[in-house]
Amino acid sequence: MADSNAAVATSANDDDLIVIKDMHKWYGDFHVLKNINLTVKRGERIVVCGPSGSGKSTMIRCINRLEEHQKGHIFVDNIELTNDLKQIDAIRREVGMVFQHFNLFPHLTVLENCTLGPIWVRQTPKAEADEAAMAYLEKVKIPEQALKYPGQLSGGQQQRVAIARSLCMNPRIMLFDEPTSALDPEMIKEVLDTMIELAETGMTMLCVTHEMGFAKTVADRVIFMDEGEIIEANEPNEFFDNPQHERTKLFLSQILGH
Amino acid sequence: MSEVTQTYTPGTHPDMPPPPGQRGIVLWLRKNLFSSWANTIMTLIGIYLLYKILPPMLSWAVFDAVMNASNREECQALGSGACWAFIKDRFIILVYGFYPEELRWRVDLSFLLLCAALVPILFDKAPMRKPWMMFSVAYPFIAGWLLLGGAGLTPVGTDEFGGMMLNTVVGVTGIAFSLPLGILLALGRQSHLPIVKSISVCFIEFIRGVPLITLLFVASTMLNYFLPPGTTFDLLLRVLIMVTLFSAAYIAEVVRGGLQAIPNGQYEAANSMGLKYWQSMRLIILPQALKISIPGIVNTFIGLFKDTTLVLIIGLLDVLGIGRSSMADAQWNGLSNEVYISIALFFFIACFGMSRYSIYLEGKLDKGYKR
Repeated sequence: MADSNAAVATSANDDDLIVIKDMHKWYGDFHVLKNINLTVKRGERIVVCGPSGSGKSTMIRCINRLEEHQKGHIFVDNIELTNDLKQIDAIRREVGMVFQHFNLFPHLTVLENCTLGPIWVRQTPKAEADEAAMAYLEKVKIPEQALKYPGQLSGGQQQRVAIARSLCMNPRIMLFDEPTSALDPEMIKEVLDTMIELAETGMTMLCVTHEMGFAKTVADRVIFMDEGEIIEANEPNEFFDNPQHERTKLFLSQILGH
Repeated sequence: MSEVTQTYTPGTHPDMPPPPGQRGIVLWLRKNLFSSWANTIMTLIGIYLLYKILPPMLSWAVFDAVMNASNREECQALGSGACWAFIKDRFIILVYGFYPEELRWRVDLSFLLLCAALVPILFDKAPMRKPWMMFSVAYPFIAGWLLLGGAGLTPVGTDEFGGMMLNTVVGVTGIAFSLPLGILLALGRQSHLPIVKSISVCFIEFIRGVPLITLLFVASTMLNYFLPPGTTFDLLLRVLIMVTLFSAAYIAEVVRGGLQAIPNGQYEAANSMGLKYWQSMRLIILPQALKISIPGIVNTFIGLFKDTTLVLIIGLLDVLGIGRSSMADAQWNGLSNEVYISIALFFFIACFGMSRYSIYLEGKLDKGYKR
């Protein structure tokens, strides 16, 4: 047992930001993730797609310990994800997450939402945190909303604030859990544009989404999951033009059909 | 008479005032008092009831009232209305209880300081808020020193506390200390640590299962059996502890309801940022949970303040106790209306004040996120 642990620990190298090895997860008796093996290199952009209930969101939520895995290993930046709180905190500082329902803090202004993490987790002084937050808000093109409350913004603006909020922590990896699923078409574009710009800065991104156009533009790899397993993984052109698996073909025909 | 209708090209229509009958007081009357036959009839009945009730009440309470007299017979001779002279005569003792006369300035001073200490807590636009808050934190000790004496001031025993002052001391102490304790209990009940959780649950369920009177009796009679022999525990202190624990259990449940209303996404967003437990509670979860719980919390506080009259049962004379013993006085025999109305007025001012403050607080905290 110790041997295989040692083998796993040394096989990770500096370039592999996320290494998931033989990971399984159960909700009670329900086997929700089966034998997940995934390596994400620094700077890679990965899109995960699949039907509902396939475990895509669960998988990426395991990466920052919002869900616990029962078997297998997950390494984030060479730190193993276990029950050790210190390691979990260290990992969470390096992993930013953008949620489907934004999850902004409604009682704080947009600026305070963005500076909360740096001030309280990274101990950044307030002035510095404010400056950095304004810079990121400018990058997502909503600096004028800084003193408003989330309740006063549209959905697309809120999601962009959520992206800026995660970026303010200077993470090494950004996880996106269906970021545009709760938005209407006009707003989807503005959020996707922000994500494309972010990808161009070289950020490592792991994105669960149904936006296939985004996958074609930005992704280095597209991963298809169904019923808890990774069925197929390939670079976008190959994936869309030459799907190998039956289930992938079925999924693509449904999602690209209309 | 037809109105001039003018057509405008799209995009050029000017802003115009609404027609008369659709704005102002006439509109309010039409919508609220006379909008349907049922409403109109109820309005007329209401006006009639006011006509029947208000004038006699006003003449009893104000126009025929007697303000200066020295006993009941004199009062009745001077006027047929309320005998407020009785309240004037008894006012000092109703407010201060049996506090020594020459030391009453200490009670006044501690009350003024209470108002001062509340300002930075209740209003966050107060100037120089941070240093002022430190005074508020130190206030309980300052007030304790002023009221009880010792270290430079003549000591006053707690058996000399009484009247409105006693209600205020018990109420304010109960409110101030039960809120943080209640929050801790609510968090404890939600905890994953089995010992913390079971202690919180047992405490809350036990306290909520017995009436406050029972706890006060326990405080006054039975507590001696549980403590090592020879320890004497001031009665008022025991009452304060019991009242605080009692209120804390109710606050805990109110806050728990507020905590349950916070969407899971808030906990997840806080966790994914790397915030630790107490940080996420203090910065994100509790501000939202407490805002939702304000009506329930203020409700509990108002109930608590009124429950302070129960100390009567264990022999402490609060404002109600003194009022009732005053009624038994030979000179003023039987003037119950005046006494009860005055006491009710005292409670009403305090409770209505709390209620109004809570509405102000909710308005201030409403950042427009009820989507």
